Amino acid sequence: MTTIPTTTTPTTTNPEDVETHMPGAIYAEGLVKTFGDVRALDGVDLDVPEGTVLGLLGPNGAGKTTTVRCLTTLLRPDSGKAVVAGLDVLRHPNEVRRSIGLSGQFAAVDEYLTGRENLQMVGQLYQMKAKEAKVRADELLEQFNLADAADRTAKTYSGGMRRRLDLAAALVVSPPVMFMDEPTTGLDPRNRQQLWEVIKQLVSGGTTLLLTTQYLEEADHLAHDIAVVDHGRVIARGTSDQLKARTGGERVEVVVHDREHIPTAAEVLAGFGKGDTSIEDHTRMLTVPVTGGAKLLAEVIRELDARGIEIDDIGLRRPTLDDVFLSLTGHVAEVKDEEPGAAAGAAAKDRRHKKETAK
Amino acid sequence: MSAVTDAVRIAAPGNPVTQSVRDSLVVAKRNLIRMSRIPEMVIFGLIQPIMFVVLFSYVFGGSMNIGGTTDPAVYREFLMAGIFAQTVTFATAGAGAGIADDMHKGLIDRFRSLPMARGAVLTGRTLADLVQTALTLFVLAVVALLVGWRTHTNFGEVLGAFGLLLLLGYAFTWVGALIGLSVRTPEAATSGGLIWLFPVTFISNAFVDSSRMTPWLQHVADWNPFSATVQACRVLFGNPGVSPSDAWPMEHPVWASLIYSVLIIVIFRTLAVRKYRSATA
Repeated sequence: MTTIPTTTTPTTTNPEDVETHMPGAIYAEGLVKTFGDVRALDGVDLDVPEGTVLGLLGPNGAGKTTTVRCLTTLLRPDSGKAVVAGLDVLRHPNEVRRSIGLSGQFAAVDEYLTGRENLQMVGQLYQMKAKEAKVRADELLEQFNLADAADRTAKTYSGGMRRRLDLAAALVVSPPVMFMDEPTTGLDPRNRQQLWEVIKQLVSGGTTLLLTTQYLEEADHLAHDIAVVDHGRVIARGTSDQLKARTGGERVEVVVHDREHIPTAAEVLAGFGKGDTSIEDHTRMLTVPVTGGAKLLAEVIRELDARGIEIDDIGLRRPTLDDVFLSLTGHVAEVKDEEPGAAAGAAAKDRRHKKETAK
Repeated sequence: MSAVTDAVRIAAPGNPVTQSVRDSLVVAKRNLIRMSRIPEMVIFGLIQPIMFVVLFSYVFGGSMNIGGTTDPAVYREFLMAGIFAQTVTFATAGAGAGIADDMHKGLIDRFRSLPMARGAVLTGRTLADLVQTALTLFVLAVVALLVGWRTHTNFGEVLGAFGLLLLLGYAFTWVGALIGLSVRTPEAATSGGLIWLFPVTFISNAFVDSSRMTPWLQHVADWNPFSATVQACRVLFGNPGVSPSDAWPMEHPVWASLIYSVLIIVIFRTLAVRKYRSATA
């Protein structure tokens, strides 16, 4: 994929799309959904070309799940247009359901049914014949490494196995369009890696995928294109590289050994930086945006050394999607409450904990 | 991983009625498998009515005046229709809790994203509950026979009475379905599904002679849909204590029971299916 240094704005469409006038496998225009006086979706526009992966990135409560629910016929938007697999979602919901697979935030499997029974049931409800559903269940169990556990109830499965079973259920009819809502939330790093492999294989087979995530790393890893959502709107869109380019490139990060050296170090960095130096007192870390790469880094080190500042760590850092989010929204990928009325403090604490363990 | 992307052929949409029946049976099968894997649920569902039979017939029997006699044996025969009817209505709570649990776990979202008949998830659930109710009734009838309950009519009439009981139970599971879809947690569905059953089953002719109630209360009891089924059962079993009230449901209990149950099914099924379509976990 070529990285065009571009000033992508949310409304800019791909040149190819303009030429052909063909909406993508997933297309949304001006989706609005309000719950009481909360505007969960405030005009969401999306266009996912066939065979690509769009990562919908944003904090909790940004509108990711609501978007997925609107596109998968679970929720009727107040206004706007949605087309999935060439079908109008509002006018032909049942036809759309035949062409999509959904894997939600929870592993939606019946825990008292065995893996095999779960998949057979879903197959039959996709209107497959009982025999076909059985054959398909066997195939999927094999593919998702669940053959050994096929006849155990899902209750006995580990978190990762349940997610795999859930994903398998979403793939029973090999739908051309897939939706995954935070597929790896709550999984440990090893299981997350495994699931990423499964998703990559799936996409390499040509499935169009819309994936929501609050893990910036995940979007970076899996998605061709990223749409950043905040407050029910897509606030930026582009490839991971394009988004990173927008935030102004590289930065130098320095951790000084001695807290007393922070002011001097800040002075040194100010001389090299292309912007304000940010200082984190408790970690003794200074960060400054720069241009000039490794050569500049060497100069910074020499200068710090000349001034007698002992450093614990120094590095040149390319922006992460966290930085992208910060520069786009003016706030970090902060955690807000999904449900109004729930104990905000406790929930936020819980999420923060999750985020930490995710990294 | 080519097999993932090899399109699996989906059957073309067939006759909507056939699809609805088929999908409902698939869901019913799922719920029956669940029940067989959680036998505790079925067993607890049995213990409660059996306890009621024993407690009511031995504690209350002897102090209850039924048709001018306080003979405990008479009360025991009187009581059974009431206990049977109360037992079938308690299936409401199970249906509600089950559906609320499915919502909570995201299963309802999964079902709603599948190209299946809209009412099938609820119909499948209520059908499975009907099977459980029938099983409970059977065991309860055996216990009732053991403590001295007898019928004094022909086999067809007795079967008819059990038919009416099952229909009432089925109707009430639709009320449970609506409750389950309306609350946030399975726990709320359990208590919400039970609370209102106490006035419904007690302000009736089920456990006491309703003609001895205060006039306005007796009026409520006479027109209570639940009383109609109890009265119908007493008539069809040939058990004592048939209310002499001239309220229409008491004079035509079999018809009243049928009409009430069908009405409840029509109203609550419509409401529940509508609620299901817009259900949000």
